[in-house]
Amino acid sequence: MTVRDVGGSAELDRPSEPQHRPAWRTVLRRPELGAICAFVLTYIFFAVFTADAGFVSINGTAGWLNLAAELGIIAIPVGLLMIAGEFDLSIGSTVGAASMVVAIGTNSFGLPIWPMIFLALMAGVAVGVVNGVAVVKTNLPSFIVTLATNFIVIGATMGVSRLIANVTSSSIVATDSAKFVFAARWGQANISIFWWLLATAIGFWVLSRSVFGNWIYATGGNLQAARGAGVPVERVKIILFMATGLAAAFVGVLQGVQWNSGNSTYGMGYVFQAPIVVVIGGILLTGGYGTVTGIFFGTALFGVISTGIFYTGWNTDWIQLFLGTLLGAAVLANSYIRRLALTSS
Amino acid sequence: MSQPLMELQDVSKVFGSTRALSAISMSVRAGEILCLLGDNGAGKSTLIKVLSGFHPPSDGTVYFEGRPVRFSGPREARHMGIATVHQDIGTVPLMSVGRNFFLGAEPKTGVWPLRRIDTQHANRIALDQLRKFGITRVDDGNQLVGTMSGGERQALAISRAMYFGAKVLILDEPTSALGVKEASFVLKLMRQARADGVGIVFITHNARHAMAVGDRFCVLIQGEVAASFSRGERSREEVLNLMAGGEAMAELEDHLDPAD
Repeated sequence: MTVRDVGGSAELDRPSEPQHRPAWRTVLRRPELGAICAFVLTYIFFAVFTADAGFVSINGTAGWLNLAAELGIIAIPVGLLMIAGEFDLSIGSTVGAASMVVAIGTNSFGLPIWPMIFLALMAGVAVGVVNGVAVVKTNLPSFIVTLATNFIVIGATMGVSRLIANVTSSSIVATDSAKFVFAARWGQANISIFWWLLATAIGFWVLSRSVFGNWIYATGGNLQAARGAGVPVERVKIILFMATGLAAAFVGVLQGVQWNSGNSTYGMGYVFQAPIVVVIGGILLTGGYGTVTGIFFGTALFGVISTGIFYTGWNTDWIQLFLGTLLGAAVLANSYIRRLALTSS
Repeated sequence: MSQPLMELQDVSKVFGSTRALSAISMSVRAGEILCLLGDNGAGKSTLIKVLSGFHPPSDGTVYFEGRPVRFSGPREARHMGIATVHQDIGTVPLMSVGRNFFLGAEPKTGVWPLRRIDTQHANRIALDQLRKFGITRVDDGNQLVGTMSGGERQALAISRAMYFGAKVLILDEPTSALGVKEASFVLKLMRQARADGVGIVFITHNARHAMAVGDRFCVLIQGEVAASFSRGERSREEVLNLMAGGEAMAELEDHLDPAD
């Protein structure tokens, strides 16, 4: 370290261009590196291994993209929230609840679909507000708070649905415009892929370019320092909880319109799938580090594995084993990359 | 001498039935380092919180630039130019130098909805300010703060506070977690900040570090000012005895040296 006595405004004239560091050392420190490598390798593996089965065909590609897309729409805000240091496990039941709001509204009450979609999205935001306020006011771990809301929301959805319409699933009456926005298909490709890309683009912008993104990193990276610097950390968290709720409700509407029915149990798989792909994407479980690019490739990897297995003709039971192994490897790799990033080059 | 930048007069702080601070009077002038010395539990952290606007005093008056003030919170105090740099919690290790420097006051560029952080500007200013403090090893604004040494992080926190117009710098144990070399670097930073006309309140339990840079000294024992004196009036042994000896020792000192 250079210790020099003061004065130094002459130093200002020196251009502040960085020294040359080997590019690979910078790349090695990127949190999304693991997910991208794993994605490429897995993709090549399936592409070669199932060369005759059509995994790389347009239809095969649409297949894994469809599967990744709906999860991915939720995983983006879940990942941002995790960077800010919090979990949201209530997303699962919010998906089902949103689909039921649209189903009961359009089917049991014969209401037009668009206002019901709006209501469903607002219900998702409301769940987010409850989660956010509960977490910042009680200081309890969000893991347990949102696990509780997950059960509360699905229980309430089933109870209220049965009370109103005596069902826990019901068909949806959709207009053409709603069908286009949420269920349009080109060949095998669903419009959800477009929504996923859009969510990724917005997430990327917010996290890496906007002031709010700076606050997300700071909130998860050092809560005290963020607060000390004047970052409204509680507002940051509540807004992110609202975003996860909104995304979950959006996917609920998407699935409902796509399958022409609402069901309280839609989305329960996402409760753990979303955090899993986020962590595989290189987001630090303890917050403060990670990128949207990583979340994107973590989700894509999930899609490739889940559909690729079908093409191999193996038993699909292996998917769980694959995912579990990947998750374990990802957690190890993340903590290693974090350490690497904190060593001076 | 000029009027004090910040002054406490008979400030007390009571929490329930505990008296954390009683009748503290002290002042710091521009271009001066006031050292607050005291062992653990002497009331240093409560005093920091009163100075930085976190706690209103239960009794007594805080003067800032000659006027009595009552801060509504740390935000207002910071706004008036009172910056607190805490030992460990000042920076975010996994964020870049530029992003840390401007955290909470990010420079923006572009028009909505493409309004974004002006990263280039942030990095350039941050590096320039660090270089003023003689830090040349950090040459990339995108470098993570976690890769910097403890002394360099203190320099970042201090230069940030000064860049945003701090008049009073409250440094909470800035040297205690550092090795000898790093600590002496931070002491040099403090001298430089003093030369720039900032009033510094240096909170420490290390008498050696305090004696190295301090202009005036306040020894805190059990929430009271046990002794206050200027540079050169006491030897290091006397100061150490003061800090260790508690009230009895302080009284003894007063008897021995009634001129104080």
